[in-house]
Amino acid sequence: MIMNDAMDQQPPEGIKLTKEQERARRARSIAIAVSLGVLVVLFYIVTLVKGPGVLINRPM
Amino acid sequence: MSLTVARVEPKIEPSIAGVGDYIELMKPRVMSLVVFTALVGLVVAPGHVHPVIGATALICIAVGAGAAGALNMWFDADIDARMARTAARPIPAGRLLPGEALAFGLTLAGFSIVVLGLLVDVFAAALLALTIGFYVLVYTMWLKRSTPQNIVIGGAAGALPPLIGWTAVTGSIAVEPVLLFLIIFFWTPPHFWALSLYRADDYARAGVPMLPVVAGARETRRQILLYTLVLAPLGLGPWILGYAGPTYGIVAAVTGAIMTMLAFRVRAETNSHVASKQMFAFSILYLFLLFAMLLVDRLSAGFFGALVGHLPA
Repeated sequence: MIMNDAMDQQPPEGIKLTKEQERARRARSIAIAVSLGVLVVLFYIVTLVKGPGVLINRPM
Repeated sequence: MSLTVARVEPKIEPSIAGVGDYIELMKPRVMSLVVFTALVGLVVAPGHVHPVIGATALICIAVGAGAAGALNMWFDADIDARMARTAARPIPAGRLLPGEALAFGLTLAGFSIVVLGLLVDVFAAALLALTIGFYVLVYTMWLKRSTPQNIVIGGAAGALPPLIGWTAVTGSIAVEPVLLFLIIFFWTPPHFWALSLYRADDYARAGVPMLPVVAGARETRRQILLYTLVLAPLGLGPWILGYAGPTYGIVAAVTGAIMTMLAFRVRAETNSHVASKQMFAFSILYLFLLFAMLLVDRLSAGFFGALVGHLPA
């Protein structure tokens, strides 16, 4: 409550997102997080399959 | 402390683009055909690939295809807005800014190529880069707006995925995947021209020099027939050259005959578009069946081979 009051007293500054914009941003953020998580898991699994070192120590 | 920004920025509303809009940018239906043909290239390639590596290759190819789709929608937003078929796409519909699509496409293209190169095969990654580059730079930016041969040459990008799949396993190129490339390459013009016959007004309005717009419906119908007459024998190629069994041969012969028959009917049509629509719809089934049969052929051979191998002598 105190926090809210303090924020209310400040003049509005910058861009204020509408509910719809906030929802969309949240959905996009979650999707990016999931994609990055999948990428991490993918690299982890492939490292297990190929064995360590193959990613950098490869014949050219 | 207060920060006052005095600069006047152009008024751009914060994005309302949802995850679905971004998925739509990746052209999921085109992507599914790309993944499917790449899978066939991967499975028919000789030698063994670990399922995880194979799946990784397919994911990279899918994301790369999505990147190409997004970059295409970024560049073609003006055309898409003027065509009924594409007016509801995210950018012309105003749900997504062009810059968002550009950033999305470039990011996915970079990630898909680098990950494919790091985790699977550098040569396959180079082919994926070539495919995306060809589709975006050569087809979308250059040929599409300048020549009625746009989809003929641009079709090479759509024909490359089986080669990428093959290369992901073998690290090299052979006759068989080139044959798969040729099948898709010669399939693309009749497929798209059948569509463009009954969408000619749309293309004309958007200023895209599709063959019916530039050379007329009559010439387009003739070209559809010519390409189909090359395509149908090519479809038999994998069986003739011994890459696939008789089941594939029979399916390729029957569906190839139907394609040829439809092409003759398209040629005979003058004012109606009944045969063109049939040709467009059947061409998708045709390509799907050819590649599905290659898949079945190889998988069943592997299955029965393993079965025989386990039988007591």
